Amino acid sequence: MNHGAGAAPELHHEERPELQPHFETPEQQFESGKFGMWVFLATEILLFGGLFCAYAVYRALHPEVFVYASLFLDRVLGGINTLVLICSSLTMALGVRAAQLGQRRLLIAMLSVTLLGGAGFLGIKYVEYEHKWKAGLLWGTQYRSQADGHALEHGEPGTHGTDAASHDGSAPPEPPAPAADPRAALPPAAAAALPPSVPIPEGRTFGDGENASLLPPAAIGPTGMRAPEPPPAAGEQLERRIRHEPRNVHLFFGIYFVMTGLHALHVIVGMALIGYVLFRSLRGDFGPRYFTPVDIVGLYWHLVDLIWIFLFPLLYLIE
Amino acid sequence: MTTVDASLPQPVQRPASDSENYLTHAHGFLSWAFTLDHKRIGVMYLASTLAAFLLGGMLAMLIRTELLTPGQTVMDADTYNNVFTLHGAVLIFLFLIPVIPAALGNFVLPMMLGAKDVAFPRMNLLSYWIYATGAIMLLGVLLTGGLDTGWTFYTPYSTTTNTSVGLAMLAVFVLGFGNIFTGVNFITTIHKLRAPGQTWSKLPLFIWAQYATSVIQILATPVLGITVLLIFVERTMGIGIFDPNLGGDPVLFQHFFWFYSHPAVYIMVLPAMGVISELIATFSRKPIFGYKAIAGSSLAIAIIGFFVWGHHMFTSGQSTLAGTIFSFLTYAVAIPSAIKVFNWVATMYKGSIRLDAPMIYALSFLWLFGIGGLTGLFLGNLGVDLHLHDTYFVVAHFHYVMVGGTLAAFLGGLHFWWPKMFGRMYNEKLARVAALMVFVGFNLTFFVQFIAGTKGMPRRYFNYLPEFTIYHQISSIGAFLTGLAFFVILYYLVVSLIKGRPAPANPWGAASLDWQTTSPPHPHNFTSDPVLIGPYEYSALMWNEEIGGYVLRPEVAARAGHGQEAQA
Ligand SMILES: [Cu+2]
Repeated sequence: MNHGAGAAPELHHEERPELQPHFETPEQQFESGKFGMWVFLATEILLFGGLFCAYAVYRALHPEVFVYASLFLDRVLGGINTLVLICSSLTMALGVRAAQLGQRRLLIAMLSVTLLGGAGFLGIKYVEYEHKWKAGLLWGTQYRSQADGHALEHGEPGTHGTDAASHDGSAPPEPPAPAADPRAALPPAAAAALPPSVPIPEGRTFGDGENASLLPPAAIGPTGMRAPEPPPAAGEQLERRIRHEPRNVHLFFGIYFVMTGLHALHVIVGMALIGYVLFRSLRGDFGPRYFTPVDIVGLYWHLVDLIWIFLFPLLYLIE
Repeated sequence: MTTVDASLPQPVQRPASDSENYLTHAHGFLSWAFTLDHKRIGVMYLASTLAAFLLGGMLAMLIRTELLTPGQTVMDADTYNNVFTLHGAVLIFLFLIPVIPAALGNFVLPMMLGAKDVAFPRMNLLSYWIYATGAIMLLGVLLTGGLDTGWTFYTPYSTTTNTSVGLAMLAVFVLGFGNIFTGVNFITTIHKLRAPGQTWSKLPLFIWAQYATSVIQILATPVLGITVLLIFVERTMGIGIFDPNLGGDPVLFQHFFWFYSHPAVYIMVLPAMGVISELIATFSRKPIFGYKAIAGSSLAIAIIGFFVWGHHMFTSGQSTLAGTIFSFLTYAVAIPSAIKVFNWVATMYKGSIRLDAPMIYALSFLWLFGIGGLTGLFLGNLGVDLHLHDTYFVVAHFHYVMVGGTLAAFLGGLHFWWPKMFGRMYNEKLARVAALMVFVGFNLTFFVQFIAGTKGMPRRYFNYLPEFTIYHQISSIGAFLTGLAFFVILYYLVVSLIKGRPAPANPWGAASLDWQTTSPPHPHNFTSDPVLIGPYEYSALMWNEEIGGYVLRPEVAARAGHGQEAQA
């Protein structure tokens, strides 16, 4: 390699219009591009890493929220989307190979199919988002309680039970409205024992009437005291689970929407990049001697795919 | 191929007025705005970061003026909150983080490698414009309601205050992208574009430092990016991840924030250490002592630095076990820094030290960074931190590290490479005076803050008890002295551009490859291949009276010339 204005590199540059002037050889340019992309992918992984970390923290702190909320995710649609992305990764890889072998028409076909895969993924994602939007399965302040089972009427949760849609429509038991003063719910003796300066957070009294208490009931009743109930039918079981809504379910949906939303954004960026490469391959820019952009965009697309492969089980397959 | 005449040392020395240099070969605004030349991008970064420094420095002056007396002096409490927040945010995100990598690094890194440019020049330009966009957005908060959270943006205050936190978050996100692009560019350049024969052990230590910095930039910045994005959606959509009212955890924000922001201290300090390695070796005229130890300690800092973030959260309800581990790791990360300091001192031992302005800055770096680092150990101690947390002791500590360390090294590097960048020598006498003023003023400003902090003066307070008046007044006088010094520096640097003595290619006798090209360099950096000598091989250089600078010894130039002919 020669860093001056030597004769050999100039010949190179004349022959190879795609060779940028600050590189000595096409190999150096190709390797730099590929290396740079790998480094950038490390950044992308850390970007999602923060969210995976938030996921882990909240799942550890509120496992019940995650178990409950995953009832509302559609495994079938999620599974189809996983397949779609994996296939599009395959077609992308085949496209890179086609570029290396100079099979221009195959390259164009493969890139188009990949692009289609991305679009299909986004389409299915849109269907899922729309369901959740209508059912109020949203983040933070936008979340609507599912305890009345209205999500079932919107066809969610898809896989668990269209059979659950046989829900008879009778009004579910109203959750007891929080008393204006939590003290009022307590037996007078218990209330009197507390000095008025001690605040009782709303919703922190359990039971009512004489049994009301500030202490939560034991999570599991003592064993051997009564006969086990017969297991309810599958649909009924689901309904019952949905009625037993834990607090702060919206946390799951907050994480769900941020993670899948950021991922969808990456799908869109990836599709734009594939579109650009497709445009250039239609122009006939690529061949065995120069296919760096195809290769690099391929790397990016595989990462987008890989992140989804982690997202799918973490969000959809909790149980 | 140039023929090599052994009697004429290579490269040929050109006068600075030669039209074939990167500053003059193209004209007009567009030739700068769309340049792909790393040197021009470096200069644009330099101008922009200096503008940010001027703004942040002015805000510092406002803070110190307000604190001259207890109670209201020149502004009300809300304005004060805005001023210190913007002071921190502007100086950290717009100045300290980009200044050495993106301004000095962009300029010299490819030349140190004997390369024509960075690996991705278009991405480099993009990174500059992203920086400019982010800077405008960050300054936009001035017009859209201000920013009063402190530069740390702690939740839940940052998600509930009605100042312009949302825009600031987007600005930080955008700025992060600029950093990431610079990091990707530098890592790739260092891996793939080194001069033939320039192995990893022949890289200048500035390159090693930039490499370690880039690793942190690409691994830590995205976490900050996602964190500020979460605050943004928290504010706009109420997503609740950091909101305790919605079951979220505000302390998680602190974890995320410090996962970036502790390593960010090393984004600021590692390149500074790289500059210091170059300065101390060059101005001691002695090969650097402990090359491998310094290079390796840069990487060690980059790695260990990722695992100490919890020392910012000793008082945030972290478990004692976690606190103990973070405390231990904090002590551990001090070791590689100390290794560097010992090696620099050993380099100076029996060297022939020349106290030019860059070297004065390097020496003040040793003092200031030494104090900043050692007081960091106080704060890394669980028990002591409970007393000192959120006091002026912390303020003094991180100013010693980030300003005393990074700013001193930046100024040293700026004076060192100024002749290379603009082809002019500045007034050396004034430069030495200014360097001493910065040193004295800085110590005056911040040393008393250690004392005020141990006596319990809390940071960020608008008001204070009368017994703290004397500390605040000494501090303010020091700040004004430092501020004056910067205007002296500005004055002689501007004068040097107009009528400074033309600079030779190598005025200081430094051995890294960037000093083998003309000052200012050719648009393609080198008109002939640089002669590959060791980065600290000062024996290959000799003083040339006629040129007024250093040149390669004829036998070294000839050695390389044979090599070139053999190659051709
Ligand atoms: Cu720290």
